[in-house]
Amino acid sequence: MHIVFEKRNSVSRKAILLVPTVSFLVSLILTGILLIIFKTNPFTTYSSMFIGAFGSWTNFTETLVKAIPLMLTGVGVGLAFKLRFWNIGAEGQLVFGGVAATWVALFWSPFLPSWLVLPTALVMGSLAGGLWAGIPAVLKVGLKVDETLVSLMLNYVAILLAQGLYYGAWIDPKGMGFPGTKLFPKAAWLPRFSGRAHIGLFIALILGVIMWLVLNRTRWGFEIKMVGQNPRAARVMGVKIGKSIITAILISGAFSGLAGSFEVTAISHRLQQGLSLGYGYTAIIVAWMAQLNPIASLFVAVLMAGLLVGGDQVQMMMGLPSAMGIVLEGMILFPMLAGSLFTDYRLKFITKSRSREAAV
Amino acid sequence: MKNDQKEKTPILEMRGITKRFPGVLANDNVDLELFPGEVLALLGENGAGKSTLMNVLAGLYRADSGTIRMKGEEIEIYSPKDAMKHGIGMIHQNFKLVQTMTVAENVILGLENEDFILDLKKVGNKIKDISSHYNLKVDPNAVIWQMSVGEQQRVEILKLIYRGAEVLILDEPTAVLTPQESRELNQIIKQMTGEGKSAIFITHKMDEVMEFSDWVRVLQKGKLVSVVRTKDTSPRELSKMMVGREVLFRVEKKPAQPGETVLKLENVTALNEKGIKALQNISLNLRRGEILGIAGVAGNGQRELTEVITGLHKVTEGKILVEDKDMTNKDPLEFINEGVSHIPSDRVAMGIVGDMSVAHNLAMKEYRKAPLTEYGILHPKRILAMAKKMITFFQIATPTPYTNVKFLSGGNIQKTILAREIGACASLLVAAYPARGLDVGATESVRKEMISERDNGKGVLLVSEDLDELMSVSDRIAVMNEGRIMGIVPADKADIESLGLMMAGVPQEELT
Repeated sequence: MHIVFEKRNSVSRKAILLVPTVSFLVSLILTGILLIIFKTNPFTTYSSMFIGAFGSWTNFTETLVKAIPLMLTGVGVGLAFKLRFWNIGAEGQLVFGGVAATWVALFWSPFLPSWLVLPTALVMGSLAGGLWAGIPAVLKVGLKVDETLVSLMLNYVAILLAQGLYYGAWIDPKGMGFPGTKLFPKAAWLPRFSGRAHIGLFIALILGVIMWLVLNRTRWGFEIKMVGQNPRAARVMGVKIGKSIITAILISGAFSGLAGSFEVTAISHRLQQGLSLGYGYTAIIVAWMAQLNPIASLFVAVLMAGLLVGGDQVQMMMGLPSAMGIVLEGMILFPMLAGSLFTDYRLKFITKSRSREAAV
Repeated sequence: MKNDQKEKTPILEMRGITKRFPGVLANDNVDLELFPGEVLALLGENGAGKSTLMNVLAGLYRADSGTIRMKGEEIEIYSPKDAMKHGIGMIHQNFKLVQTMTVAENVILGLENEDFILDLKKVGNKIKDISSHYNLKVDPNAVIWQMSVGEQQRVEILKLIYRGAEVLILDEPTAVLTPQESRELNQIIKQMTGEGKSAIFITHKMDEVMEFSDWVRVLQKGKLVSVVRTKDTSPRELSKMMVGREVLFRVEKKPAQPGETVLKLENVTALNEKGIKALQNISLNLRRGEILGIAGVAGNGQRELTEVITGLHKVTEGKILVEDKDMTNKDPLEFINEGVSHIPSDRVAMGIVGDMSVAHNLAMKEYRKAPLTEYGILHPKRILAMAKKMITFFQIATPTPYTNVKFLSGGNIQKTILAREIGACASLLVAAYPARGLDVGATESVRKEMISERDNGKGVLLVSEDLDELMSVSDRIAVMNEGRIMGIVPADKADIESLGLMMAGVPQEELT
């Protein structure tokens, strides 16, 4: 008897919901095993993670603080993935966006009316993120350079560039050597509404919904789908593939750039070490788990942010490494990738005589 | 002839091979005999079942029924490895070589009896021996991607000899070769057969059959139709066997009423991906209210022809005019805006987006314009209404308009494409093999649509490998061979024999 994968006759709606849920549960079990090796009770660990992330309003605002950049980067990365453009450079796009916003906040603010400082910083941050993503896009469209490598390597360029700035040229002269720029003027601060949670949350939510509308209700979104699913057919149908890819990736990067601008204008109020907690990488999991749906990404981002915050709690309360939350995140991706097979395929058991045919 | 056969016993025998694919009978009770030291040519049009039969022999497919005997002994072939064990090896049209590895590495790839620690030097020496013996001129240390196509083919041959193949199957081996390389290949095969090895090669080129082979077997629509000795036949007779059959199908149609010229090609030359001339100096003229059929064995430039007149392929010389407007090397969108529609040859890869709905696929030409889009915003309701109308009118069998188009049958996928392209067509309809692989009912409706488009005053360019279809549907037939037009004849005056000869490369002027 053989077991083969057989293509389903229609996409399974059930699997679309089931796969991420089951994957999450499987990752809980896998991480649970790891926790037992660490001689820790997985149940108490998980419950204190949950309480840490969602147990009180204060805790929840911290989760929201981390959810905002994940929402934006998740939606941005998801757009790129829809085109089968493997932009894994959201981290770099976020950092570069943060650098650009810092530049505006520190050096342009004397020349701008104060009400214009913040919008300019956010716009410039988004543009910078788009530009950073545009490099692999143009290289891919023009010279067929692999976008995965370029976008990944540009992460290091952006991160080191930022480091160079806050350790060197832009270091706060009164900071006593602390690696960071001086504090932004108040005009460049993004208002907070509770704790550290800032109004970027609402912007991210609105942008996520807009992205869904654009993808599903506009001509441009229609073309993006065509190019992503079957570029050859899209070309026959007259779609300009290069143009579609470049515009979409610029927007993808702009989302991450905006996330970086929020981080500097709302959270740290300066460019300093620890600008990103790996949001750009977690974004990949967010986008995948949301099956590239921008609205689903918004919710998944909150869940993932909860893991990050909960991980910190576990470190403080149980003396476990805070990386536990990140381990859990990583653990989700494996069953996700394996499980996504089941949306298009199902298992079939067949006897020997028919196996040859099915395998071919 | 019978006596000859009795003197030798065949090294390989296939009896009653039948292979069915969903909806297609690819091989219908086919017999095959191969004698040691001889070359058998397998001749037939595209879709005649040649490759299927050989894939059965090479272990890629398993026949539904039938037996295979090697040296008189019945064998079971489950995989290419099994086939190789019995001395049968196949060289596919697309070579199965790892581009970044050397010749020696490719040759031993997958072999089980090599030592765990590879002795590539020993392998290299053996390769050198084989190479010099058969004059293959292959360097064991050369890396594949740096080699020409001809060299890569010789590596494939070497690979099979190294593994002890006695029967070599070559799938259209000369399709990618220059004439010189073809002659060299012929020499190599002659030497191998001189040493008692045998070869089967798939082809549809008459001159090669005459030059290479000892025996010819002709397949037609999955059936074996004739077996002849090469020396007892002629290209003329072979082409008749290959395409000759009674016209089974006639379509009711009024005489054409050609209007103004809608498409004009002036001395168009284009290169294919390999840099070989796929179209050579093509000139033709198509008027509104007329169907121009393009006949020819697949791979003689028809695909490139359809692609240069839809903006998908660049021309290197010449001019393309659509309604007197110079459209040479314009991009696909500009052709679409001129009202040029295209039913592509590879309908799943180029004609649809499988993971999008039937409704969206039906809208893929009209979505740019009002009423489906206004100010860049789509109107889902209008798309759905249009799709529903098309689904009813063209009788597309789909559970719902929202079903992903990849779940439809081939015929209904084609109807979806047809509905969309006809809906968007304003001047010229380019249809490549529109009825290929469809059942009788779907075929008939596709042909009727072609004719009704003609009667609506559009120009139709119909590429087909089915001469019956061309003779009954089109008004004029142009025959292509190796990227040239051999001649253009009115469909009602065309006869299958002269079309067959032109397809085989005889220019119209030389027909008597």
